[in-house]
Amino acid sequence: MSQTDLIIHDEKDNVAVVVIEKTSKNQECVGWIMENDKTIKIKSINEIPLGHKIALQDFKEGDTILKYGHDIGKVVAPIKKGDHVHVHNVKTKKW
Amino acid sequence: MSIPKTFMGFKRENGRVGIRNHVIILPVDDISNACAEAIGNNIKGTVAIPHSYGRLQFGKDLELFFRTIIGTGKNPNVAAVIVVGIEPKWTKKVVDEIAKTGKPVEGFSIEGLGDIETTMKASKKAQEFVQWASEKQRTECSISDLWIAVKCGESDTTSGLASNPAVGNLMDKLEPHGVHLCFGETSEITGAEKVCAARGKDEDAKKKFLKTWNNYNNFILENKTNDLSESQPTAGNIKGGLTTIEEKAFGNLQKIGKKVKYVDVLEPAEEPKNGKGLYFMDTSSAAAECVTLQAAAGFTVHIFPTGQGNVVGNPIEPVIKLTANPKTASTMSEHIDLDVSKILKREMNLSQAGDALIDITVKTANGRITCAESLGHKEFVITKLYRSA
Repeated sequence: MSQTDLIIHDEKDNVAVVVIEKTSKNQECVGWIMENDKTIKIKSINEIPLGHKIALQDFKEGDTILKYGHDIGKVVAPIKKGDHVHVHNVKTKKW
Repeated sequence: MSIPKTFMGFKRENGRVGIRNHVIILPVDDISNACAEAIGNNIKGTVAIPHSYGRLQFGKDLELFFRTIIGTGKNPNVAAVIVVGIEPKWTKKVVDEIAKTGKPVEGFSIEGLGDIETTMKASKKAQEFVQWASEKQRTECSISDLWIAVKCGESDTTSGLASNPAVGNLMDKLEPHGVHLCFGETSEITGAEKVCAARGKDEDAKKKFLKTWNNYNNFILENKTNDLSESQPTAGNIKGGLTTIEEKAFGNLQKIGKKVKYVDVLEPAEEPKNGKGLYFMDTSSAAAECVTLQAAAGFTVHIFPTGQGNVVGNPIEPVIKLTANPKTASTMSEHIDLDVSKILKREMNLSQAGDALIDITVKTANGRITCAESLGHKEFVITKLYRSA
């Protein structure tokens, strides 16, 4: 199979994980949905490093991030499709 | 890939199957370590298992201590056991419990005799046991005789991405074949506890899991010195891209696959009694403690996914390591039994990784020496619940 830039675990996920050293601004990234072996394309609108997450859709405050098909936290600042998803815009729902 | 139906193992007196044929020298307490190691040095082919406890423990902590020591002796990877303790009473207690499996076991106590004479007497017996055990042959055993435990360590983003899901794929494929499976790490499930509870087979299993997790969580809340939200995920986790404790927990939980449900929840080192299938065990997330507890419960092979490169082993249970981190696979290759880093490049899918893991697991069960075994890793660490009297 061809090289992939992003991995998506579950079809329901709304974020993907970067598996190249980093994405660059306006890079057309190829994503692999592991669960069903499908391919998606998404434009990265920021530099995002290896192991970090990219938004697959627009998010507003209070939205839920899904990874592994599960709720991993709430959005605390608006996120644009293709932008970096991390501690600056997502927090745990636990504390 | 079709799942192998059999492997070559050692059938034991009680019907269980071992994948190794160890004769162990088991000290009952810390002060018997020197004697146990002397016996181990005298008689080649034995393994002494020194540890740090066994004196003035009480209550539940003492119960767990005995469960761990006795369970280690009972494990089917062990052919025969020499028990050495300072006092005859506790030595006999350990011997009597191990003897219930039907395997050869003999106890020696040091009090009134001294290390040297005890070593001489016990060495004679150890030699007899080693020669007896060396006559045992591997025979064809059903794949359902495998007891597989899992735990991850030095995890990084590649663990949740690929190596843990590869273990989960193995579980989904092997569980229908009647193997026993075990996962633990109570602390690491924090953040995914509700989803983990839902993976219980029935209401009893679900309730038991939540009770176990709540006990752990209350203990943390009572003993914490700062807000855990600052330490989970760790600064290193955040740098690597993990955002929340939930995300970290779900990465860990990938090890139990997508379909398998656990049949029961076990105390630390408790032997499963509800037949085949997956069990959750209440364990520490420290690698050697967790592996020691699972081996004491009777698990015979361990699968250990790692990110940054944990090097743990166990004296009686082979520990198979896999990683999806290409750097770890190359810089620490002598520790890695299976490299699944091709997943990250989409050159391997999860099913292929699961098949490769089943293959190396069966090879290990057939006698292939793991990296940890060849490097002499024999970490045996007893979980202590609280201070001794």
